[in-house]
Amino acid sequence: MSSPAVPASARRRTGGWKRWTLQAVLATLAVITLIPFAWLLIASLKSGEDFFGAIFFPPGEGPLGIGWDRLTLDNYRKLFAEGFGRAFLNSVFYASTTAVLGTLVCSASGYALAKFRFRGRGPALIAVLSLIILPPTLLIAPGYELLYHIGLLDTVAGLILPVVAPAFGVFLFRQAITQAVPDQLIEAARMDGCSEIEIYFSVVLPLIRPMVGAFLLISFLAMWNNFISPQIVLQSQDKQPLSVAIAQLRGIYRTDYGLLMAATVVSIAPVALLFLLLQKQFISGLTSGAVKG
Amino acid sequence: MSAGRGIGGPSHRAAWIFLAPFALVTLVFVAYPLVQSAVLAVQQTYGPGTKTFVGTKNFTDMSGDPVFWTALRNTIIYTLGSLFIQLPLALALALALNSPRLRGRGIYRLIFFSPQLMGLVFVSILAALMFEKQAGLVNQSLHAITGGLWSLDFPWLESHVMATLIIISLWMYVGFNMIYFLAALQNVDQTLIEASEIDGAGVLARFRHVVIPAIRPVGSFVIMLSMIGSLQLFELPFVLLEGTGGPRNQGLTVVMYLYQSGFEVGDLGYASAIGWVLAVLLIGLAIVQLWIIRREER
Repeated sequence: MSSPAVPASARRRTGGWKRWTLQAVLATLAVITLIPFAWLLIASLKSGEDFFGAIFFPPGEGPLGIGWDRLTLDNYRKLFAEGFGRAFLNSVFYASTTAVLGTLVCSASGYALAKFRFRGRGPALIAVLSLIILPPTLLIAPGYELLYHIGLLDTVAGLILPVVAPAFGVFLFRQAITQAVPDQLIEAARMDGCSEIEIYFSVVLPLIRPMVGAFLLISFLAMWNNFISPQIVLQSQDKQPLSVAIAQLRGIYRTDYGLLMAATVVSIAPVALLFLLLQKQFISGLTSGAVKG
Repeated sequence: MSAGRGIGGPSHRAAWIFLAPFALVTLVFVAYPLVQSAVLAVQQTYGPGTKTFVGTKNFTDMSGDPVFWTALRNTIIYTLGSLFIQLPLALALALALNSPRLRGRGIYRLIFFSPQLMGLVFVSILAALMFEKQAGLVNQSLHAITGGLWSLDFPWLESHVMATLIIISLWMYVGFNMIYFLAALQNVDQTLIEASEIDGAGVLARFRHVVIPAIRPVGSFVIMLSMIGSLQLFELPFVLLEGTGGPRNQGLTVVMYLYQSGFEVGDLGYASAIGWVLAVLLIGLAIVQLWIIRREER
């Protein structure tokens, strides 16, 4: 029992003090977390001379003592004149193709492992589980050699095919389907004369829609942010995605900070937007493998 | 022929049709390269075309290669930073956000998680500019806060590369790991917490006897994930240091050295050998961790 001698008002006061400290600490940390984003965005709007003149906004006559009229979109114009738009479209294409293919491949095999009793199921499941812990770095050198020998170096297929069947995805979908899809429903669909493919598309996938959404997002993000694969597989300039193009841009325009900042903003904006729209699904997908332990 | 076990008879073949794309891609792009990486590890190559058998030479060379040891040491320092700085901070943040009366939980969660959205390459570009001498945000802020005591020329990227990498990783991953811990904290039995409050148990005692046991499964998962990710660190230093290991290889990691050996020197054999050393290390650590978890559960 708590000691009844402490008056309730005193207890509330200490509680309030604690809560305020906590709020202050969290707010400070939140500001520190956000400052780099603000710096990035503002710097992308500054001309070269202003970049060195002020940490954030350039001083001036405008409201808040800020020289609003000194902000410019020149960095963005120059960026797209440099052909950055091409890299942007490449990224959109690679990431969405990988997301759709990866989701189909992983959900189909997750379905097979969750709902069918077939010879070889046990070994297949063990293979999937051991592939999850296989470090991808082990495959960098021999993967490159393979692509060289089968003529897929510097092709889109060589970039995308190797990453459309991640074992952890198969595992996630197997868990989701085991949980969310009742056997009776599949049986009933079969009685009604649905083909196996129809059952997969019109019964199974709709029932695991949250997992599908989360996985689409996770694999889109993974490909969007992937650097090492395109860096190794692709050589042609016009095939490079944002991740490689931006690193090259830095090699060329080492001191053009505004331009590099604008490139960074363009690279992260679509992903940030997508996330803000879908954050619930994303976070639930991220932790779905972990919560049940 | 085969009497269908489980669901229906015809599904036997259907199952393999559903598995086929995964099986095919995995056989070609994972299983075959995996075997090939073992073959390559005992060869010396000049690009992907020409190769000679060298036996265990790659491994003996590696044991006497000071650059490899530098890379390994850096990688381990970074991993220790992840485990002993990043994860405790993530847990602390999760505990703070988990208090039921806190206002603005959702927005804090979103803010702390947000750096994770930026890919490592983009973070590296931003960080490279932030940690610059003179114009960089970090030195400018510290200079302003300390009233000019902090030098604008503090050489983050010249002499303190590992510290810089660890600081960047804090910004990027603390919020990410916090999400896992927050999910795990949902498993904590609120009635147990209230009971311990009524019993007058201290914060530490409550943490040890109520919180820790509840988050242990997720905790070990996060530790494993963090260890695996940290030991394979590549993009962050690679882009930050523009493909080099930095001054005196201060920021060279094992995977960066693998990349340099394989694609700049052109020796895919030596690169594969490095890959195997790393893989054995990773799988060994995973087994040790599983063993510890098993023992604790008993």
